[in-house]
Amino acid sequence: METTLLIAAAIKIGVFLGVTLTLVSVCVIFERRFSAIIQDRVGPNRTMIPLSILGFKKDLALPIGGLTQPMADGLKFILKEDFTPSYVRKAFFWLAPCMTMVPALITMAVVPFGSPIEFGDLVIPMAVADLNVGPLFIFAIASLSVYGITLAGWSSNSKYPFFGGVRSCAQMISYEIALGLSVIPVLMMFGTLNLGHIVEYQANNGWLLLPFWGEGLTAERWWMLIPLVVSFFIFTTSIFAETNRTPFDLPECETELVGGYHTEYSSMKFALFFLGEYAAMIIGSALIVTLFFGGWSIGFGIDGLLPTGAWWVSLLHVGCFLTKVTVFILFFILVRWTVPRFRYDQLMNLGWIVFFEAALINVFIAALILAVPHIGYLAFGVCLAILLVITGVLFAIAKSAIHAPKEGTV
Amino acid sequence: MATIKVTRPKLSVGEKVYFGSIFKGMIVTLRHAFKSVMGKSRGADEFNSSGIGITMQYPEQKWDDELPEYYRGTPALVTDELDRERCVSCQLCEFICPPKAIKITPGEIPSNDEWAKVEKRPQVFDIDMIRCIYCGMCEEVCPEQAIYLRPDYIVTGTSRKEMVHDKDRLYEIGGKRVGLVNKWNELK
Repeated sequence: METTLLIAAAIKIGVFLGVTLTLVSVCVIFERRFSAIIQDRVGPNRTMIPLSILGFKKDLALPIGGLTQPMADGLKFILKEDFTPSYVRKAFFWLAPCMTMVPALITMAVVPFGSPIEFGDLVIPMAVADLNVGPLFIFAIASLSVYGITLAGWSSNSKYPFFGGVRSCAQMISYEIALGLSVIPVLMMFGTLNLGHIVEYQANNGWLLLPFWGEGLTAERWWMLIPLVVSFFIFTTSIFAETNRTPFDLPECETELVGGYHTEYSSMKFALFFLGEYAAMIIGSALIVTLFFGGWSIGFGIDGLLPTGAWWVSLLHVGCFLTKVTVFILFFILVRWTVPRFRYDQLMNLGWIVFFEAALINVFIAALILAVPHIGYLAFGVCLAILLVITGVLFAIAKSAIHAPKEGTV
Repeated sequence: MATIKVTRPKLSVGEKVYFGSIFKGMIVTLRHAFKSVMGKSRGADEFNSSGIGITMQYPEQKWDDELPEYYRGTPALVTDELDRERCVSCQLCEFICPPKAIKITPGEIPSNDEWAKVEKRPQVFDIDMIRCIYCGMCEEVCPEQAIYLRPDYIVTGTSRKEMVHDKDRLYEIGGKRVGLVNKWNELK
């Protein structure tokens, strides 16, 4: 019995790692083609299947619209000269790319990719590790990747990468708080930290932001939508900041910092940063989908009609999950090519003064709405009034804290 | 003229919240994406688009018809109307060439020749097209107007040797020019 579980875990690790890395390359081609059509260009559309490097006479040209471009990119990265400048601190310089790449991949372990499969009398969850502290594990590990970036900046021993590293450190710490706080209403509602259970609940009772079936049709769920939508906005924006994507890509802004923390890196070490960034983006999308959009569930009550535990149902769910993740990746890409970069002080204001306070108040609002059946409407009204006063005070403090340019000194 | 003091515009609450304008921006970018897939981007017709965006895809589509007369492509040698090579191998182009792409070996015109007054003609005239930077200095410096930058721009080869244009190739590209200049002119 335990051997079966072990074998299943090994298979899951292999498959999910493969899926994540494939998704990274899919991201890259999506990013390039999508940005191209946004800018009225064509993008890489004629990469062939390179049979000539295997000894064949000609390359195989299929009408696949350059889907093999990521393979060519990867091959280029591997074959390039791996140049280490003489003035860097070598141990950390070599360690840093791994430190960015590895946390992003580890976090994938707790995300449920599909519904559990019943195998004999065993129920095998479709997550590598079905932890009871899923979101906490993800936050804990994902925030480690800041070490990679900071180390890269510092060990490069060069000023612009150093600035990039410092910026990234400050930025990630600021947004970590908003990220953690914004997810609390969600967890309060589910009452569990197990991502598998969270998704199952959503499959039966309506996705968090689309409660159209099961218990989702109750009035309480609709009231909860107010704090949850705020949560969703804060969470998504913080994920953008966490993954160093535009509009928060200050650690690597080309115009100010040459290339940011990875200026001195070349070849495969640079590619690891690249992979790390995209893997973090995939994790971010997976997390948003899992928490707010029902993870692997097909939704609209269809999940209840399907037999539980059959392998094809599980595969269907995996497909559904990957589709949702891909949609969110496209959203990430769309935002990157739409929104210009924030100035650094705007970024800090947004993180510490707007999002932190908003997430904090949001937690209390969610708590109040959840508490209504227990404390009655009178107590609810009193608490809401107190909360409004506190919010007003916080708002006034926050407004005075934002350093706005004074009138007449433009 | 009266002085106009420009004040910073006040942002409304909607503008301060960002999300509305971000959403508007996304609609703009999505519209661009959609239009370029449909081949209806603004300017697609004027730029002779291939169907995606406004881009013309090179090997299948070419812009040759629109090339201006003065387009600076490959340098080439020209002959005069009597098919005599205009070049008198003075080597000025060889010396002015910034990337040193031109190699000339001068040959003598024997004294019993009708055109002994021209003195020299090139035996070998090579332009290494890997080195050439299309600056046009050779054209500018040539006293005999024997070398011109032609509108040809497709210079390809699979080896370094193929990329060196020798005399025959240069005359083939250059063609013929009418009008006598300095040394080949009997009157001078």
